[in-house]
Amino acid sequence: MTTPRSTARGLLAVAAVLALAAAGCSSEGGKQEEEKSDSGTAGVADTPRYTIAMITHEVPGDTFWDLVRKGAEAAAKKDNIELRYSNNPDGPEQANLVQSAIDSKVNGIAVTLAKPDALQGAVRQAVNARIPVVALNAGLEQWKAMGVTEFFGQDESIAGEAAGQRLAQEGAKKVLCVIHEQGHVALEARCAGVKKGFGGAGVVENLNVNSKDMPSVKSTITAKLQQDKSVDRVITLGAPIAITAVESAKESGAAAKVVTFDTNKELVGSIRSGDVQWAIDQQPYLQGYLAIDSLWLYLSNGNVIGGGQTVLTGPSFIDQTNIESVAQYAEKGTR
Amino acid sequence: MTRLLARPELGSVVGMVAIFVFFFAIADPFRQATSMGTVLYVSSTIGIMAVPVALLMIGGEFDLSAGVNVTASALTASMLSYQLSLNVWVGVVASLLFALGVGFLNGFLVTTTGIPSFLVTLGTFLMLQGANIAVTKQVSGQVATDNISDMDGFDTAKAIFASSFDVGSVTIRATVLWWLLFVAVGTWVLLRTRPGNWIFAVGGNVDSARAVGVPVRQTKIALFMGVGFCAWFMGMHRLFAFSTVQSGEGVGNEFIYIIAAVIGGCLLTGGYGSAIGAAFGALIFGMTNQGIVYAGWDADWFKFFLGVMLLFATVLNMWVRRLAVRR
Repeated sequence: MTTPRSTARGLLAVAAVLALAAAGCSSEGGKQEEEKSDSGTAGVADTPRYTIAMITHEVPGDTFWDLVRKGAEAAAKKDNIELRYSNNPDGPEQANLVQSAIDSKVNGIAVTLAKPDALQGAVRQAVNARIPVVALNAGLEQWKAMGVTEFFGQDESIAGEAAGQRLAQEGAKKVLCVIHEQGHVALEARCAGVKKGFGGAGVVENLNVNSKDMPSVKSTITAKLQQDKSVDRVITLGAPIAITAVESAKESGAAAKVVTFDTNKELVGSIRSGDVQWAIDQQPYLQGYLAIDSLWLYLSNGNVIGGGQTVLTGPSFIDQTNIESVAQYAEKGTR
Repeated sequence: MTRLLARPELGSVVGMVAIFVFFFAIADPFRQATSMGTVLYVSSTIGIMAVPVALLMIGGEFDLSAGVNVTASALTASMLSYQLSLNVWVGVVASLLFALGVGFLNGFLVTTTGIPSFLVTLGTFLMLQGANIAVTKQVSGQVATDNISDMDGFDTAKAIFASSFDVGSVTIRATVLWWLLFVAVGTWVLLRTRPGNWIFAVGGNVDSARAVGVPVRQTKIALFMGVGFCAWFMGMHRLFAFSTVQSGEGVGNEFIYIIAAVIGGCLLTGGYGSAIGAAFGALIFGMTNQGIVYAGWDADWFKFFLGVMLLFATVLNMWVRRLAVRR
């Protein structure tokens, strides 16, 4: 039963909601300011449709891997490739995913070798099954021995040393190296590299935090900075951790400056504003893009990027002097 | 027929068939025999642990330290052998004692203090998790153990814990056979022996079990040590399959073992369940795990789909059991 009065009341309610919705619009910020990123619309290759599996050790939800994946997707779109992305941070589980890709008879495999010993068996199986395998991001020292054809990434110890040397030049005396995934070989290698590059300039101390729980990351770093006032630099190994470390430094009232490995959209803003001094960039988008594009070249034309040698995508420094050239791409979410 | 319908594992069998048919229909690679080899392997790595965990749950207790105990055993064997340059079999035996010791400690603390096993094993879980990383870094200076594949005894140990053989085009891993054996032993103990009756008794009602003369304390300690034994076995598999061990691994797996046991018909309250059911539970988990990948579903949704599948299997399980009881 609908009486005229209840209809009128209903209309009034609708009008009120609309008015609220209009008032609720934000005049700036939000999705409306994002530029559309259409990096993959430059036409599509006319080669046969290949299926390629990309298997990483991503801890689900990390912004770094989002960039790798975007690069891979852009290449897949251009090269007429069906991309199957899967991930597991646990070595043996990642090996199972590689095995699944072999079972699925994919045309090519792109894999990260963060835990090379665990992956060795599965990668060899793929090579024996005549599936071309390229590696990205991690496994710089092991990829050749496994029969992998190409590698795209940076040398974590070299990157760490570069960071350590720069810190020494800047006159730092005590550096805190924040490891956000306890037990991760590549992260430990970075901190070891920082220590080596820093040399006799002062002390490098490691701090373990749990990246799956940001509030605890913040409080752990804050506590450390309150406890040890002599720390003048905090180096984090991932962009989200750097942004949290900035808050910790403010909260603790310490004078420590924050520098980091890897970037994301938020971090570019932090470098611009001076909250984060600089970042070491290994170009994750490029790693993902090249891994897929190189497989396409290999499958369609037998080409090998790097001619059997490592293709380094980093390290390079991003600081206030060159931030503007990176910023426009970061806005689109591709740097 | 009625007896068959009243078995705890019946629901999980129906669930397993349903999941199998589902992925068989939608995922092309799932239909190949070679893929079955991978599915069975993944299932076996869960299933070997699900057997003692199911027995423990029937006995009325939980073990949250099961997942990290796997890693702890592998680390013990690996570091002991490498640092002292011993035959790896020395490390294998020493780590067996270690894993059984952890099981004994769990059982001893639970039966002596009367604190719920959920809390006691949560404590040992956290202790082991910390010790795994701390001791590994202290001893080997890094977070993973050194490669032991060129040491004496490695090949024989690998043959036992981590070998594989081909049947036609299908690669069958040794763990699958061990899994079958463990399930058979678990089922036999549970259904055909006196300790089996004791397990049901202590899980059902401790006081009346004690009143009729069941050795409650020994039974529970033995159950915890059973979990320790299988954790050792899986640890050895991980070590000899991959030659090194990452100290941070294994966290979270304890819940997967419990889930497999529950899908297989174990009650969270104890006193009811089966070892075969836990095997089907592990198989459901393994098929879902791999099936989602074979189907090529978006990896971002992986955990979501996994949750939906498990919920589906559990609800089906409950429904079938209710039908069976109604008869």
